Amino acid sequence: MQIGLKSILLFMLVSSFMGAVTTLQTGANLVSPFVPRFIISNVVREMTILELAPTIMAVIYAGKVGSSMAGGLGTMRITEQIDALEVMGINSASYLVLPKIIASILMYPLLVIVAAVCALMGGYVVGTLTGLITPTEYIYGIRYGFNEYFITFAMIKSFVFAFLISTISSLKGYYTQGGALEVGIASTQAVTTSIIAILLADYFLAYLLI
Amino acid sequence: MIKINDISKSFSDKQVLTGISGEFEKGKTNLIIGSSGTGKSVLLKCIVGLIQPDTGNVYFDLRNFTEADKEMKSEIRREIGMLFQGGALFDSKNVEENVMFPLNILTKMNAEEKMDRVNFCLKRVGLEGVNKKMPSEISGGMKKRVGIARAIVNNPNYLFCDEPNSGLDPQTSILIDELIMEITHEFDITTVVVTHDMNSVLGIGEKIMFLYKGSKLWEGSNNDLTHSGVKELDDFVFTNKVMRSLKDAQITGNSK
Repeated sequence: MQIGLKSILLFMLVSSFMGAVTTLQTGANLVSPFVPRFIISNVVREMTILELAPTIMAVIYAGKVGSSMAGGLGTMRITEQIDALEVMGINSASYLVLPKIIASILMYPLLVIVAAVCALMGGYVVGTLTGLITPTEYIYGIRYGFNEYFITFAMIKSFVFAFLISTISSLKGYYTQGGALEVGIASTQAVTTSIIAILLADYFLAYLLI
Repeated sequence: MIKINDISKSFSDKQVLTGISGEFEKGKTNLIIGSSGTGKSVLLKCIVGLIQPDTGNVYFDLRNFTEADKEMKSEIRREIGMLFQGGALFDSKNVEENVMFPLNILTKMNAEEKMDRVNFCLKRVGLEGVNKKMPSEISGGMKKRVGIARAIVNNPNYLFCDEPNSGLDPQTSILIDELIMEITHEFDITTVVVTHDMNSVLGIGEKIMFLYKGSKLWEGSNNDLTHSGVKELDDFVFTNKVMRSLKDAQITGNSK
């Protein structure tokens, strides 16, 4: 629960600006009078649902939550807190790592939904305030040619990314050896490896499911 | 009683422990001493099962822990309490939650019984009124005492302490030593302490195992230290002037 609540503000902020910037840039590139203005919000919708909300947010999630997971577990390892659990007869991996994976799988898709809504709202606000597109055109563009499968696809991506980020970050932290320096290294590696995994998974999911 | 038999351990090509055997007696504070890097902590971790030894076995009251199945290991671990070098308190939990943690996981006590037990243990280690403090809000000595309270909360038969005095001032060190010894006698448990603190060696070393370069070189009590006849032990224990004069005084006293 904390994983989601502590990230929601950042997600809302980033996604709102992403939606706004995407609207402006799409509008700036649609110079032909033969292309209707509602295409702007149509493009923003597709980009947001397919890529910006699940994938770009995953990169942010890896940087914020993934590094925190690796750092937390790494600190527990070097301060012998994990050893203390083992001595008590507790399976420390399942006690510490499993809840993080489950929490991520549950919370990240919700964050993606929030991010998608915020991105579309950010686009709406900027698009209408700058006179780039009228409110009616924007809403029409969002509804025009809507393919529900893209939502399913975004959710599948969210589950996969959440699993990858939480698993990679937890394992990097759990197997930290050494001292404070190594905890920092583990956090950095967790983010780097997670981002590479996200990009690879993004490609394969798009190849397989679209 | 804990018996270890022919424990050896190496990491990569570095031999850390070589064929260590011995017994740790019930109702006594058993010390493992030796200079830094001799394998004391590795031996302790082999005994509690945090590290799997390459050879040898560990027996907890005749139960072979090293070769035990998962169930037996869990059963034995429920009888173990351990104080770690830095306390190893869980950062996210307050003092009360830290001490209560083993009870939550390992027992079926109700909330009131658990609270009573936690308060008893905190009182026993001289910590009252700090229940709600976080580990970051208490001193190093208090952390060690909370660690001891957590280690004894589940009525263990075996208590392990990894350098309980590290980072503490001499006065607090003596208090922690005395507490460990009192608890050992009071609850009649087998206590194993890893230390290189000479005050501990002389104060609570009812049974001492001296490790040198990964091998056991000597075994005895603190009363036998002055006439061990082992040069490496003499060099280790009687390094400074105070200790040397203490030894001379004891030898002179004995000869009179």
